[in-house]
Amino acid sequence: MATDYRPMWAELGLDLDAHDALLGVLGPLYAQTFMSQPNRPQAMGYFDFVMSEVHGLRIKELLDAKAAGRKVVGAFCTFVPEELVLALDGILVGLCAGAEFATEEAEKFLPRNTCSLIKGAFGFALARVCPYLSASDVVVGENTCDGKKKSYEIFKDLVNQLYVMDIPQMKGPAGRDLLRAEFVKFGAYLEELTGKTLTVEAIKSGIALVNAKRAAMHRLSRLRAADPAPISGLDGLLMNQIFFYDDPVRFTASVNALCDELEGRIANNQGVAKKGTPRILVSGCPMAVPNWKLPSIIEQAGAIIVGEESCVGERGTQALTAAEGESVDELMDALVDRYLKIDCAIFTPNQSRYEHIVELAKRLQVDGVIHYGLLFCAPYQIEAGPVEQKLEAAGIPTLRVDTDYGQEDVGQIRTRVEAFVERLQG
Amino acid sequence: MLSVGIDIGSRAIKRVLYEDGVVRERHVEDSSSQPLEVCRRLLQGLETARLVATGYGRHLFKEYWPQAEVITEIKAVALGARALVPECQGIIDIGGQDSKAIALDGAGRVQKFVMNDRCAAGTGQFLEMMATALGYGREDFVAAAERAPRAEKLSSMCSVFAQTEVVSLIARGASREEMALGVHQSIANRTAALAGGASLRPPLLFTGGCAQNRCLRTLLAEALKQPLLLPEHPQTVAALGCALYAERAKERS
Repeated sequence: MATDYRPMWAELGLDLDAHDALLGVLGPLYAQTFMSQPNRPQAMGYFDFVMSEVHGLRIKELLDAKAAGRKVVGAFCTFVPEELVLALDGILVGLCAGAEFATEEAEKFLPRNTCSLIKGAFGFALARVCPYLSASDVVVGENTCDGKKKSYEIFKDLVNQLYVMDIPQMKGPAGRDLLRAEFVKFGAYLEELTGKTLTVEAIKSGIALVNAKRAAMHRLSRLRAADPAPISGLDGLLMNQIFFYDDPVRFTASVNALCDELEGRIANNQGVAKKGTPRILVSGCPMAVPNWKLPSIIEQAGAIIVGEESCVGERGTQALTAAEGESVDELMDALVDRYLKIDCAIFTPNQSRYEHIVELAKRLQVDGVIHYGLLFCAPYQIEAGPVEQKLEAAGIPTLRVDTDYGQEDVGQIRTRVEAFVERLQG
Repeated sequence: MLSVGIDIGSRAIKRVLYEDGVVRERHVEDSSSQPLEVCRRLLQGLETARLVATGYGRHLFKEYWPQAEVITEIKAVALGARALVPECQGIIDIGGQDSKAIALDGAGRVQKFVMNDRCAAGTGQFLEMMATALGYGREDFVAAAERAPRAEKLSSMCSVFAQTEVVSLIARGASREEMALGVHQSIANRTAALAGGASLRPPLLFTGGCAQNRCLRTLLAEALKQPLLLPEHPQTVAALGCALYAERAKERS
């Protein structure tokens, strides 16, 4: 039996009964979703281990790091620059928001028609079941969509400390100036939090760590273009999810080890599904752990997911930061340039996202795109219409699925996804 | 060899027997609360036939009849529609809890389809709920709607809210017949809006249990600004598609 983490969870102030209930659902769900997949690469064993210890060993690592004087920064969004956190020897972790938990409690603070992601974050906080949140010295909120922006006003009372970063909505010079000013301000805040200084060397080392992590994910993405697909979409998504939790150096090495194995598979024409299996790109809203609902349905319907155009996916990992700068100012510029490439639906116009989806669809040799809109997520649900029109006009079959974390629409989604796969099969 | 198509819908189970290029029999039965029992009865003596299933109960069905092949309602109704009207380019199908619009390409393959979301607005279930709220039986409800000189406007698209709205309209003394027509009108408008997402071209076929509703048929054709073809047995088109798919099993193996 694994280590008993209950004393640690109790010390973190978690509600042990509720937390047991959560793990009691998560464990079997993970086994059923992931362990039953055929032909999994051996190197997925590492990621299975990470997931089995996601509330255990990883939390212990964070607490040990805190005891050694490092700071833990929790975040909900890919706009929070991990480079600056790492530059000051801090640790950035993604916070829990991928499941419905204590929804009734969350709805005491939020309208019912709030997206599942925001409600999930509140539910986890209110039920005291997210050890990452408890371990965080500060939670960084960001003004992306209106839902998050306004929710942080309430969320600040539920956490130790909340820092809110403003994010521009347009990418012109004014927007760039705003993001740059916010990064500088955030850097200064982190300096104060950690008692350390953002030097050129420190920022460069932060950039190098995150670039290496993203480059490993780019390598994985390139390998997923192979037919037969060397890895399932569920496992690909899982790695993109663990991207937000794991130690960056160890994660990078593990992704690269997996990629080595996948290269061997590709050389031997091996895959997790037969050559010619319908290939799907999932595009749209982020899927945080344990939101595996739609990908499970898609792969059970006989298709294979070969990419995620999502914050937990290509949108989060796209583009590296240029690290040639010789001053803190130059490196800040480089960071701002990189982060402004994120084609989040909060931007208007957001032409680059449409182009990115088409480019991904071609590069990954997909047969169709399934657009995932989280209910009540206005930015992505509104973009879904133009995405569908543009892709269909480009000859790429597209299916729109708007859903949330609930299970009551699984039957209807299954029918639509299966019919879409039938359409791709001709 | 006999081919059996079975469509396990939310309200009705449909079975079509097909042999030597002709339909031998069409059968429709209420799903009841025990659809598996109904299926068992409908398949008695047909154990050796080729079997294809569709409908919301198809996966459950497959657990009990593992020899069956399973296809979606969209594919099934497309196959059936095309067999009935070979030049058919699009289908509107309204069943018990689903409504869908399907565009076909020249070869009869599904080119695009759209379906209603999880709620039952715009489906047969919605019609039944509204009929009950207005105190009508199924047949009377259609007849009452056809008698109405004008439609009472219903603004709610959610079945629960629409029911509340009907109750408050009754309290205000609105005509039952006009409300009945209003209910039909709202389904027609909603379905036409849904169909807009599939860019349907004529000739269009109207299938599913609700295609038997003459009032809805008329209003839907008006809302779509296109004539709607009505097959002789609209409720069994998907089951027919399954039987035809079963018939072609040999080509696939």
